[in-house]
Amino acid sequence: MNMQARPILSALRRHKLMIGLLILEIALTCAIVCNAVFLISQRLERTRMPSGIAEHELVLVRMADIGDRSDAAARAQTDLTALRGIAGVRQVALVDAVPFSADGPNDYVKLDPQQQQPSLNVGAYFGRSLLATLGVRLIAGRGFQPGEFVDASQVAAAMEKGDFTRFPHVTLVTQAMAQRLWPGQSALGKTVYLGKNIGVQVVGILARLTRSGALSRGADYSIVLPVSVTFDQGGLYVIRCAPQDRARVMQAAVARLKQLDPNRVLLQQDTFDRFRSDFFQSDRAMARLLVGVCLALLIVTALGIVGLASLWVAQRRKQIGIRRALGATRGDILRYFQSENFFIVSFGIVLGIVLAFAINLTLMKFYELQRLPLVDLPVGAIVLWCLGQIAILGPALRASNVPPVVATRSV
Amino acid sequence: MLGYYLYLGLRSLKRTPVLTALMMVALALGIGASMTTLTVLRVLAGNPIPGKSSELYYPQIDPRDLFDYAPGVEPPTQLTWLDGMNLLRAQRADRQALMTGGNVAVLFPQGGLDPFFQPARFTTSGFFPMFDVPFQYGHPWSAADDDDRARVVVISHTLNDRLFGGKDSAGQTLRLGLHDFRIIGVLGDWRPNPQFYDLNRKRYNENEGVFLPLSTSQDVGFNHDGDVECWGNGGNASTNPDTPCVWLQFWVQLNTPAKAAAYRQFLRQYSGRQRALGRFRRPPNVRLRDVTQWLAYSRVVPGDVRLQSWLAFGFLLVCLVNTVGLMLAKFTRRQGELSVRRAMGASRAALFGQLLCESGAVGLAGGVGGLLLAWFGLSLVRQRPTEYASLAHLDPVMLLGTFLLSVGASLLAGVLPARRVSYVPPAWHLKSE
Repeated sequence: MNMQARPILSALRRHKLMIGLLILEIALTCAIVCNAVFLISQRLERTRMPSGIAEHELVLVRMADIGDRSDAAARAQTDLTALRGIAGVRQVALVDAVPFSADGPNDYVKLDPQQQQPSLNVGAYFGRSLLATLGVRLIAGRGFQPGEFVDASQVAAAMEKGDFTRFPHVTLVTQAMAQRLWPGQSALGKTVYLGKNIGVQVVGILARLTRSGALSRGADYSIVLPVSVTFDQGGLYVIRCAPQDRARVMQAAVARLKQLDPNRVLLQQDTFDRFRSDFFQSDRAMARLLVGVCLALLIVTALGIVGLASLWVAQRRKQIGIRRALGATRGDILRYFQSENFFIVSFGIVLGIVLAFAINLTLMKFYELQRLPLVDLPVGAIVLWCLGQIAILGPALRASNVPPVVATRSV
Repeated sequence: MLGYYLYLGLRSLKRTPVLTALMMVALALGIGASMTTLTVLRVLAGNPIPGKSSELYYPQIDPRDLFDYAPGVEPPTQLTWLDGMNLLRAQRADRQALMTGGNVAVLFPQGGLDPFFQPARFTTSGFFPMFDVPFQYGHPWSAADDDDRARVVVISHTLNDRLFGGKDSAGQTLRLGLHDFRIIGVLGDWRPNPQFYDLNRKRYNENEGVFLPLSTSQDVGFNHDGDVECWGNGGNASTNPDTPCVWLQFWVQLNTPAKAAAYRQFLRQYSGRQRALGRFRRPPNVRLRDVTQWLAYSRVVPGDVRLQSWLAFGFLLVCLVNTVGLMLAKFTRRQGELSVRRAMGASRAALFGQLLCESGAVGLAGGVGGLLLAWFGLSLVRQRPTEYASLAHLDPVMLLGTFLLSVGASLLAGVLPARRVSYVPPAWHLKSE
């Protein structure tokens, strides 16, 4: 190969424009493919985001009232009792949000009420028996005691009048949030402040609980407050059962709720698995699209290499014939074209890597994106080298089949 | 002459069918991808209210406390009830409307069928004349209806079709939730995309079915649906004057730039007065964006769609470079023939023109292929579960644009090779033959 480097390079110098175009095409392809591979990996990683809950055991049923009802709280209790009575149901909770449902509140927390900047933005969860139903794991401290729960509508009504004493005094936080706020220390017993100056004490640490929305602000920063949710013109029932019972339980639950009060509207019935899959659908679609574009790009580039190389071989038939007449073997000719292609592709890759970083930097400005990891670059390079060698094989074989006698023919 | 060049071009293309096909396919792929994403982009970034978008403004003021304050931060994107009402009653603009979103249960007038929820807009009477909302039947409600908290409702024509089979339903009674309303108007086909006046819910294809006075919605206790941003110790979407939460949108119509400048000044004065009263804590921090600026500020076009457009253009660029290379190879191969033509008296310009005709023909064919691909691509987009999916259609402008882009791109790809080839002195090639 080394022996051939010189003649190849000097031959390449003769066809600057054509080679330049080929290198440019390979560089652009390399740059786009490297970035696309990175984006694909990011998207797929996002779809695998853990939620911290028993995803395969949950059924969601969302109902809405036609108007305000004075007996909403009492009826919610009746609903919950009825749902617990369905065969196979292990736990039931009335909640305001679940991971990925995007309808829960997001709050700033502070470590000191005097602080003028927030310490962290977190997602908040409410609901009696929320943790047991969702299957969130408590790794330190304790869960809520029944006496600690306060009623959501009563707290809201009191707060509207400026009375904050009704607000709960204890909270559970996720491990990620605890480590972020108090690195290296135990979070148990510490106080965080919500809003302006509402202090709540951390009594327990959760292994993981992904927030319902605003995932980009730290997906695993969540707090749970002992606030029981009332059926306020609408509500989300979460039912936990064995995975194989889900379809039956969902059907029975909807029927039971409609039977208890036909005067309301069913807004949603889903297994959590399906709900989650819908949530990440756009990420999967984007990943598929990127894969499609990468393949199309590689095909176009390969066809470009084939097209140019074929013409090139045709142009150099006489030269090849002379080389053959002077003693070059078919293998020599084949290898000549293969190494030539290797050089061109290598130039393209070097330029492409520079371009890839430039594109990545531009994208980082407009999107929430990390720096292109270095591992993606060799992948892109190897793919393009292989692509080049595959594309050149046909034309190179044709070149190696040029008989030496061509040298003796004029034109 | 052009006809002759095209004839020569087509003959030459036929001589190298594989290469020609390669160029056409590459060009078609690039054009198809670009036109698909461009069409989607055009739909999403379109002007929702052409002709009036520069007269409609979205005032923003900053009623928050000093927590997390820094000079130059953007004010909240909505208003509190009290500020909304104050600005509405000030009547400083040519037209104005205060509004928020909701969901109401609609009961079939004939009964029998299950009720269903419908996105609703709670607003004031200025909404309809300000946004030039067309009416199929009836009329909008009046300012007096706003004051009286009248139980009146305007419905979309889609909802009218569903409930009344498209007949004039003005004067009929419609039960929403637990209350009876009198239908006073049915809208014509009105679907601004994006739904610029409230971007907190679905931004495209929302098509609210129910419009009723904001005052009435509070009177009967309809739930608010949309974004609520609070500060201090928080609260909810409430009409309480002390509630530290924003949840209402306010739009004004200002017919001249001078009026807009005056209104901006008014917002600053209002903020200053509220601060003097102790309600506002921050120095006056106001914005007055027109529709276009508001949509740009709200980043209404999804990031994925913008990314896809860049990707498609990157792809088109690769396809173009590819075409330039193949074109160059093809033309270079015919240098002998071209030299003969030169020697026999054809001018450089003539050869150049002939070669460009050839590449233009490739572009035309690539355009047809690209159009088919864009058609296919858009049908794929329409099957995706996004809110804007059903809006992705090729229109005549994009159709024409496809061909212009394709032919333009191929001509561009042909210029460099054609120039290079037609400038080589003919004798050099003739000698070497």
